[in-house]
Amino acid sequence: MHLPLLNIIDTVRQLGWGGAFELLRNGIVLGSVYALIALGYTMVYGILKLLNFAHGDIYMVGAFLGYGVLSILGGPLAPTIAMVPLILLMFLGGMLGSGVLGVVVERFAYRPLRNAPRIAPLISALGVSFFLANSALLLTHGERFNYAMYQLGGDPNTGLPGPLNQPAFSVAGRPVTVVQVLVVSTSIALMIALTLLVSRTRLGKAMRATSYDREAASMMGIDTDRVIASTFFIGSVLAGAAGVMFGLYIGETYYLMGFLAGLKAFTAAVVGGIGSIPGAMVGGLLIGVTEAYAAGYVGGQWSDVAVFGILILFMLLRPSGLFGAKTIQKV
Amino acid sequence: MTALLELEGVSKSFGGLRVIDGLDLAVNEREIVSVIGPNGAGKTTLFNLITGLYHPDAGQIRLEGRNLVGLAPHRITKLGIARTFQTLRLFLNMTVKENVMAAQYGRTKAGPFRSIVRTPGMRREEREIHQRAEEKLAFFGKRLMGYRWDQPAYSLSYANRRRLEIARAMAAEPRILLLDEPAAGMNPVETHEITELIAKLRDDGGYTILVIEHDMHVVEGISDRVTALDHGVKIAEGSFEQVATDPKVIEAYLGIGAAEEEADADAAPA
Repeated sequence: MHLPLLNIIDTVRQLGWGGAFELLRNGIVLGSVYALIALGYTMVYGILKLLNFAHGDIYMVGAFLGYGVLSILGGPLAPTIAMVPLILLMFLGGMLGSGVLGVVVERFAYRPLRNAPRIAPLISALGVSFFLANSALLLTHGERFNYAMYQLGGDPNTGLPGPLNQPAFSVAGRPVTVVQVLVVSTSIALMIALTLLVSRTRLGKAMRATSYDREAASMMGIDTDRVIASTFFIGSVLAGAAGVMFGLYIGETYYLMGFLAGLKAFTAAVVGGIGSIPGAMVGGLLIGVTEAYAAGYVGGQWSDVAVFGILILFMLLRPSGLFGAKTIQKV
Repeated sequence: MTALLELEGVSKSFGGLRVIDGLDLAVNEREIVSVIGPNGAGKTTLFNLITGLYHPDAGQIRLEGRNLVGLAPHRITKLGIARTFQTLRLFLNMTVKENVMAAQYGRTKAGPFRSIVRTPGMRREEREIHQRAEEKLAFFGKRLMGYRWDQPAYSLSYANRRRLEIARAMAAEPRILLLDEPAAGMNPVETHEITELIAKLRDDGGYTILVIEHDMHVVEGISDRVTALDHGVKIAEGSFEQVATDPKVIEAYLGIGAAEEEADADAAPA
C-alpha cells in the first residue's frame, strides 16, 4: 500500500539539503517571473478595481516578441550580434511591444466601459484574453517555439551548453546558472525601478491619487485617462519582461502559456494582497517556491494543486492577503 | 468688464428633478462671492457643473469668456479652476506634502520615460514642485508644516484636513477657488480662523473665490456679494445685508409666512 505522506518524507530524505536548495532556487527563479506578472494585475486592480484577465496573454505576447527578435537576429545558433546586445534587444522588443499592446487593449476594450458596471469590463477582459490567445493560435498554428538559449554560444557538435547555462556559482554543490541569476536580478531591478517610480515620481503620485479617488484626482488637474493608460503601459512592460525571461529560462513559448501563468500570477497578487505592490512581489515568490517544492517533493502533477490550494486557504483565512490594505477610518 | 467666471442660463436635471434652473451668475476678478441656500438648493451641483463633473443640460459656463461646457475636469482645472469638497476627499493613502504635490501634476510634464531617466531638467522641476508645495502649506501658518509634511493625510485632525484640501486646491494654481463649506464641522475658534484665511487667500494669494457656506457669520465676514439659491433658482443676490433680509431668502430657510412674522415682530414694539 502506498502512503503518500511516507513517500514525501522519503523524497525529502533522498534529495537532502542540496535538493532542497535546488528546489528553492527553481522556485525563486519561477517566482520572480510570476511576481513581475502579478505586479501588472495588482497595479491595474489598484487603479481601476478591474481584474485584467487579458494580462496573462500580454505576457504570452511578450514571450513571442522576444522570440521574434531572437529569430530576426539569426537565432541562438547563428546570432548576428553579440550576446549581451542580443538579450537586451529581446527584452526591449518584448517589453515595448507588450507595453503598447496593453495601452491599446485599455483604450479599446476598457476605456469605453469606464463608467459601466464593474462586471462589464471584466467580461471585456475575458474577451480580450480569448482574442489574444486565439490570434496567437492563428498566427503560430499552435506550434511551440523554443528560445533554446543553451545553444547560444554553445558547441553545436558536442551539444555543450553556452555561457547562459553555465553555472555562475554553486551552493551546497548545486549550480546556479547564469540565466537564473539573470532572471532574478532583472526582476529585482525592475521591481526597484517600479517602487521608485510609484513612490518618488509625479506620475507615481498621480497614480496613487487616481487609485484612491479618480474623480477628486481629475478635479485636481490630473488627466486620469492618461494616468490609467500609463499604468497599463508599465504593467504590460513588466509582463513583457516576464515573458522574455520565461523564454530565456524555460525556453518554450506557445499560445496558451499565458493562461496558467496568468492564473498563478493572479493567485500571487491575491495572496500578497491585491492592489499592493510589495504584496505582488512577495506573493509571486511564495507561489513560485510552493510550486517548486510541491513538484519536487510530492510530484509534478501536484504543483498546480498546491498553488491553487494556497489561493483557497488565503481566501478562507486572510482574504485581504499578506499586505492587503487595512482600511483606516478616523474622523 | 467681463467677469472672470460667468454662468448664463445654466440648467441641470437628474431624471425629472430640476436641480439647477436657468441660473445666471458672475464672479469678478478678486471678488469673494458666497452661495447660500437650504439643503438641496443645488449648491454642490453648481460646483460639480463648473468643474466639469456634470455637464449642464442647457446654458453656458465661461472662464474669461472661454466656454467650459464639455471639457474634461482636468482641463477645466488646468484653465484655472480648483475646488475643495464638502465631504473631504483627500488622498488619504498619501502624505500631507504628496497630496499637495499630486495637484501639480497637470502643471508639469510627466511621462513614464522621463520619470525613470531623471534628466537634469526633470530634477529641477522636481525641486520646484517641492518648493511650491511647501509654499502652499506655509499659507496655513505652522499647522501643516515641518514634521507634518511626511505624515499620512489620514493622521490629520478634521480641521487640518479641511486646510489641507485648500492647500491642495491652491497647488493646482487656479485663478478661482471653489470652496465647498470650508467651515463645516469646525469649532468657533477654527471658524473664525477660516474666515480670516479666506480673506487672506484673496488679499495675499490673489485668488478669486466662490464659496458655499452655511455659517452666516462666515458669510457675513467674507462676502463681497452673496447669491441665494432655492430649488436650483436664484432667489436673491447682492450684499450680505440685502440678501439676509430678503423675504424670499427668509422664507426659503424658515418656511412660508416666516418673513411676515418677522416683519410683524419687528414692527411690534417690545
